[in-house]
Amino acid sequence: MTTMTMTGDAAMASPQDAPLRPPAPGAAFSHDTQAPLAAPQPGLAASSSTNADAEWLRKVFKAILPPILGLALLIGIWYVGTAGADARIPGPGKTWEAAVALFSDPFYREGPNDQGIGWNVLASLQRVAIGFGIAAAVGIPLGFLIGRFATLSAMVNPIISLLRPVSPLAWLPIGLLVFQRADPAATWTIFICSIWPMILNTAQGVSRVPQDYLNVARVLNLSEWKIFTKILFPSVLPYMLTGIRLSIGTAWLVIVAAEMLTGGVGIGFWVWDEWNNLKVEHIIIAIFVIGIVGLILEQCLVLLAKRFTYETR
Amino acid sequence: MKKIVQIENVGQTFDTKNGKFVALRDVNLDIREGEFVTLIGHSGCGKSTLLNLIAGLTKPSSGSMLCDGREIAGPGPERAVVFQNHSLLPWLTCYDNVYLGVERVFGGKEGKARLKERTHAAMALVGLSHAEIKYPHEISGGMKQRVGIARALAMEPKILLMDEPFGALDALTRANLQDELMKIMAATGATTVMVTHDVDEAVLLSDRVVMLTNGPAATIGEILDVKLEHPRNRLALANDPHFVECRAAILEFLYQKQLKKAA
Repeated sequence: MTTMTMTGDAAMASPQDAPLRPPAPGAAFSHDTQAPLAAPQPGLAASSSTNADAEWLRKVFKAILPPILGLALLIGIWYVGTAGADARIPGPGKTWEAAVALFSDPFYREGPNDQGIGWNVLASLQRVAIGFGIAAAVGIPLGFLIGRFATLSAMVNPIISLLRPVSPLAWLPIGLLVFQRADPAATWTIFICSIWPMILNTAQGVSRVPQDYLNVARVLNLSEWKIFTKILFPSVLPYMLTGIRLSIGTAWLVIVAAEMLTGGVGIGFWVWDEWNNLKVEHIIIAIFVIGIVGLILEQCLVLLAKRFTYETR
Repeated sequence: MKKIVQIENVGQTFDTKNGKFVALRDVNLDIREGEFVTLIGHSGCGKSTLLNLIAGLTKPSSGSMLCDGREIAGPGPERAVVFQNHSLLPWLTCYDNVYLGVERVFGGKEGKARLKERTHAAMALVGLSHAEIKYPHEISGGMKQRVGIARALAMEPKILLMDEPFGALDALTRANLQDELMKIMAATGATTVMVTHDVDEAVLLSDRVVMLTNGPAATIGEILDVKLEHPRNRLALANDPHFVECRAAILEFLYQKQLKKAA
């Protein structure tokens, strides 16, 4: 049998029962009752289709116009603020030129300290992926255990409350001391900072599994494995994905700071390097790149979470 | 007739912040094979508590409960429950929701083809063959409740326990489902205990109506035998003297003997 059929399939199933459209002539007639009966039919059809087009265009404008205006405003302020001859921060024009030059060759390699921005971003993403991956592998099962066993929860909760608010960078020296190398220390920092949201959200999800579903499990006398796969896991999944989303966000925040301190290749290190080179326009580009990558990561996970959220009623 | 469930001197006490709360006391009731029993009473009188005890979801504080001669130690598929809020798993299709129970009960001794057959048959019994591939959120409340009934019946329980199954539905859907349920009962002959607060529903469906006194410390007040032939027709019954009599007896019990003080 299909073990994990999720809502995505439902979307494919539903058209079968979609209400039948009324036949076309009737629809055209009811569409415009004020039109004289003698109105030529082709004209009517054409005008209704342009109406639909206009409606669609209006919707698109409504959706994309405000964000574009906001961005334009930001660039405008940036432009005005950096317009003076003695401005220390480069304006949009200068930054754009630098960005074009930079992105025309993002993947070059000239020694360990001079690599393209593409390599730097990928190096950071790799660190985040490793640190976050280990955090997920540890945090999610731990969250399940904490959610399931009240004693464990009572044991671990004070520790979590104590450690969670600690700044990521406070963990870095511990990592350096233990691993003796910069790279695993950065990964360690990502790990320790991104593990908390996953533990807490997973645990919360487990403790919020509706009692009704657990009663169903009891009446059907389901095995522990079935309870886990059919009830626990699907109902915790949305909470888990929220935890993952928060974790990735934190990880991406932390990596820049960690790399600034540890060096090597990576977007954080690159920012620091460009600061030492006094290429301020590159720092601004890096800020945009970091923001955009973070946004993409977040959106991917939002999409994923939507896929696995069920209407419960 | 064979007794499916025997309830002897059962009491239920809950520990609350304000000390002990006696929900039920001295409940004695036998449920015979093939009969349809409804539990009726004012809200808070412990009818659902009693049903949960039969289901095994809670354990009695005192007394003994037997199902088919054996002590009820916990919930199990031989006492299938239809929950008030349907409790279908939203991530499974209607078919898979029913299959989950079928697989658990018959998976050990029957092949996959037979399990599928059983699931299809249960969906057909409640008239929802066309909705098998739908998810619970895609169907109406009445349909969800029918899937709940299908899930319970597909496990071929010794007894079917229904906790206000139609309580959340509108009057028309409810009447439809009552008729539907009567047909299903005629077809399967399942022993059923149903909790309700609807007097007409109780008389229409039951062989016996068990009336509970008001809580706290509720117990069985009266038991009314409804001696009406099956199959029953709601339109014909409206003027049937025995139907009217039964209805009046329950109303009298609920609104004169057990009038609930305004809360």
